[in-house]
Amino acid sequence: METFDSVLKYEEKAVFGLRALYRKFGYTQYKMSKFEEYELYVRNKDFLVSDNVITFTDTNGRLMALKPDVTLSIIKNGSDEPGVVQKVYYNENVYRVSKGSHQFKEIMQVGLECVGAIDGYCISEVLGLAAESLLSITADCVLDVSHLGIISACIDRLQPDEETRAAILKCVGEKNTHEITAICRNAGLDETLTATLVKLISTHGTAETVLPVLRALCADDAAALACVEELASVVGALGNTRAASVIHIDFSVTSDMNYYNGIVFRGFVMGIPTGILSGGQYDKLMAKMGRKSGAIGFAVYLDLLERLEEDEQKYDVDTVILYTENDDMDALRGTVRMLTDAGQTVMAQKAVPEKLRYKQLLRLCGKGVEIVEANA
Amino acid sequence: MLNVALPKGRIGEKVYAMFEAAGLECPSIRENNRKLIFENPEVGVRYFWVKPSDVAIYVERGAADIGVAGKDILLEYEPDIYELYDLDIGKCRMAVAAKEDFRDNPQKTLKVATKFTNIAKQYYTSLGRDIDIIHLNGSIEIAPILGLSDVIVDIVETGTTLKENHLAVVETIVPISARLIANKSSFKFKNEAIESIVKKLSEIGEASHT
Repeated sequence: METFDSVLKYEEKAVFGLRALYRKFGYTQYKMSKFEEYELYVRNKDFLVSDNVITFTDTNGRLMALKPDVTLSIIKNGSDEPGVVQKVYYNENVYRVSKGSHQFKEIMQVGLECVGAIDGYCISEVLGLAAESLLSITADCVLDVSHLGIISACIDRLQPDEETRAAILKCVGEKNTHEITAICRNAGLDETLTATLVKLISTHGTAETVLPVLRALCADDAAALACVEELASVVGALGNTRAASVIHIDFSVTSDMNYYNGIVFRGFVMGIPTGILSGGQYDKLMAKMGRKSGAIGFAVYLDLLERLEEDEQKYDVDTVILYTENDDMDALRGTVRMLTDAGQTVMAQKAVPEKLRYKQLLRLCGKGVEIVEANA
Repeated sequence: MLNVALPKGRIGEKVYAMFEAAGLECPSIRENNRKLIFENPEVGVRYFWVKPSDVAIYVERGAADIGVAGKDILLEYEPDIYELYDLDIGKCRMAVAAKEDFRDNPQKTLKVATKFTNIAKQYYTSLGRDIDIIHLNGSIEIAPILGLSDVIVDIVETGTTLKENHLAVVETIVPISARLIANKSSFKFKNEAIESIVKKLSEIGEASHT
């Protein structure tokens, strides 16, 4: 028998779960139009996951875009009152170019943003909700957490030029320690500091195992050490919760440092080859958009969840009932109702559609039915 | 079960020998047949032979947990993967080559023939040089000879093919070798198995250098 739960797709169930989760913590739903002025995205092009945006000219001559992102709109339309934190969640479709097909795709995205006078509590709350979001999808999940301040401090100490810095950062995201060593050697950078960076990139695991290593690595750098303590405090605030159990410190999470700062994170679930959740603190984006306060948020890419669907249904429908124009329509309606009341899915047809998979094929005969074919 | 994508060919066979030495043996792979997938449940490994340029796709998309791909492929397609180890085999270089008597005229747009358009574009962008890219799928060496291009960007191993066609290396862009890559999600959920193989391969690599 089909239940409400079995009819829903994986991503649809996830949306309900995530919305309930965010509402529990006082996040209100942010609704937005499908369109936004193109200028908003042009000014912050690098913040977008893909550069390409679908544009059109509105009736008033303004160049509009089908939204490729939700965060920029939330910041643009939010207030910037001192001491106030705006907590919103959204469930919107965005339009981006898919990396695989190089074609535009409509992507269902759920996420939340905590914008304004954010503090340690807000950061750990968002981190906890990111972990809970993954757990609401499956227990087999990992939330990789990094701190851009630590990576930045370790790279800054090497004093690389801009080009070398960009090459090193790319390698950090790839856990590519052999290439970092080669790049630093070729650029004539300090070997000891290079070894520290390599050690940082190679270190990952639970907060318990990683934090002591980080404290030792950053012992002689006050700025980096302050970031380590901030990371320890934010992760530590989650205590012994279920959310804390999926948190994994890993410095390969490197969001664009022109926009992000502080804590950044990416979530993975078993069975999906790429990250399905991405987020972090983006005070620099806020500053670029003329805001004085900070912000942190994340998005869950629900389109990827279809990979978690269990095996496809073997049958499209339980029963197909064949009837003709001369049959008694009341008898047909009665038979369909009787079967649906019994929990079956029923399709009344004059002929069986091509490739339809059904458990049984019935034919209406007078007031009753006869079995034509039974597959299960 | 650890799924490993191996590049078909000579390099792939060398790579398998390294994996075998690291304890992930699968004797059936050495049988002379046309099978592409080989499994050894006892050590928990499944190997499959794929076209060398496709290894990164198999790994990025999660069909393989790990694989071995050339740095040329990684630079060209920029897959979202972890690059965990330089196997130091299949060594060659990505280079700019041209006719032996070639002289660059910076006042003209440089015509570049290559299979590696992304690498070529990035290289010339870094030099601020205006170029016209001509994408070819093979026999790149004949492009300058027939006047199709001024230079080519291609992999150079020994340089024999270039020499026989009266071409010479103008500039080396980047050294190339085979790299062990991992799917980002697999690295989280099969971490012990993947890190163990990286460790063993690096031990084998270090031993071969001493």
